[in-house]
Amino acid sequence: MLELKHICFTADEDGSRKEILKDISLTIDERFVAITGPNGGGKSTLIKIIAGVITPTSGQILLDGEDITHLTITERAHKGVSYAFQQPVRFKGITVYDLIQLASGRQLSISEACQYLSEVGMCARDYVNREVNASLSGGELKRIEIATILARSTKLSLFDEPEAGIDLWSFSSLIKVFENLYEKIQGNIIIISHQERILNMADRVIVLTRGKVSADGSREEVLPTLMNTGGPCAKLTENEGGNC
Amino acid sequence: MDAIEKMLLKQTADLEGIPHGAYNIRANGALESRNTTANIDIVTKADKPGIDIIIKPGTKNESMHIPVIISQSGLHDLVYNDFYIGEDCDVTIIAGCGIHNCGDQESRHDGIHSFHVGKNSKVKYIEKHYAAGDGTGGNVMNPTTVIELEEGAYMEMETTQIKGIDSTKRDTEAVVADGATLIIKEKLMTHGTQFAETNFVVDLNGEDSSTNVISRSVAKDSSKQVFLAKINGNNRCAGHSECDAIIMDEASVSAIPEIVANSVDASLIHEAAIGKIAGEQLTKLMTLGLTEAEAEEQIIHGFLK
Repeated sequence: MLELKHICFTADEDGSRKEILKDISLTIDERFVAITGPNGGGKSTLIKIIAGVITPTSGQILLDGEDITHLTITERAHKGVSYAFQQPVRFKGITVYDLIQLASGRQLSISEACQYLSEVGMCARDYVNREVNASLSGGELKRIEIATILARSTKLSLFDEPEAGIDLWSFSSLIKVFENLYEKIQGNIIIISHQERILNMADRVIVLTRGKVSADGSREEVLPTLMNTGGPCAKLTENEGGNC
Repeated sequence: MDAIEKMLLKQTADLEGIPHGAYNIRANGALESRNTTANIDIVTKADKPGIDIIIKPGTKNESMHIPVIISQSGLHDLVYNDFYIGEDCDVTIIAGCGIHNCGDQESRHDGIHSFHVGKNSKVKYIEKHYAAGDGTGGNVMNPTTVIELEEGAYMEMETTQIKGIDSTKRDTEAVVADGATLIIKEKLMTHGTQFAETNFVVDLNGEDSSTNVISRSVAKDSSKQVFLAKINGNNRCAGHSECDAIIMDEASVSAIPEIVANSVDASLIHEAAIGKIAGEQLTKLMTLGLTEAEAEEQIIHGFLK
């Protein structure tokens, strides 16, 4: 169970202070929770605060009742927090196999590593010895990123827009990957997404708008409200002038 | 051979004991042991220290080891090794120098290797440099490599210096004939107050000759590195050089690539990049449970692999 208590985050942008998150309090214990809302609403910041990449200006984070607010990224990883980046990182010389092995935290055989790749829909033989470098496409990197989360299989998995940068063809198989993930990972999954099909899988949908929770409830409760305010995109893109 | 010499042999030539095939082991400035085969002959030079290695035309799938080890503090070893590789060969040559200096005097190895590679021959040349020891004397290595590739020859040179050498100046000069190819892969890591200078000069003289010079290096602490790569395109040819360096702490790296086209059909490219480890790379590995130091080590290990 994850508890966020009065999380605030203020950033300095171009010399002026900007409140990114304004007093967020949430208790999350559902299996699959989706966070959505307009760009710039603070979703990625919130996920980074949970993973320990960003320190909140104030507030408290509890994981299964334990205060992890002041733990480092590494310590949180050991406590069971996994975090899939929105833009996966490239490494010269580190292979897909190396990365999955590091994620699993133990010696893996090639066939075990391949198993994780197969689960994200990759032909493992073609990829396991490839370097995680610029020769891989955005979609391939995204899948490998998800495979590292599978290999960790911890009690809390965070995904920041797994669909971003994936083409339409890859997207439908990504949905399958997430359906599969729901079965494989026995902990809590928190996923930032704008995609209806992913939101439709969620047990709970939280909408963040301008740093505040503007809606929170089951998908049956929340999704219709997103759809009914002047077309499906109006609410999701209200900060951007509706360019979806 | 004692334990230290055996350790040096393992580090530089990956040898646990006496290798198969041809070899020449030089220890503390003198011949330790040697073996020749039907196709590979090794002859001690009469006029200066060193050996001539003569590989018969048509020799295929043979390898030879020529490690040099120094465990005596204060020794200055100078050696000339000349390789004469016949036509249509396919051979692997593993050289390397290991120094273990426990004393307070400078130990030094200057190796001058010349390769004459015959028509359509294929050579893989692997060179490792390593030094250790808890003395205060410096470990110095200045390898010089001179390469001459005849028509259609192919040579791949892998040179690695990962640890312990306080000062190194490595010069490599190559002349590449028609249809011949030279690939150079350098891996370098310096730490402490070490200094390393690399200087590659490749003359692409032949029609359809080509070269690819790739250097990856890591400079730690207050070490200094200078990388110079000059490719002269004197004919219809293709040349590429690439220097990619990670800089850490108080280190300094200079990359000075130069390409010179003396023919309108020469196609030459150079790339050079120097930068610190990206913060997001560290963050990613830390989210997998590694500490910052472990993450750094993984990134460097991968980069130099």
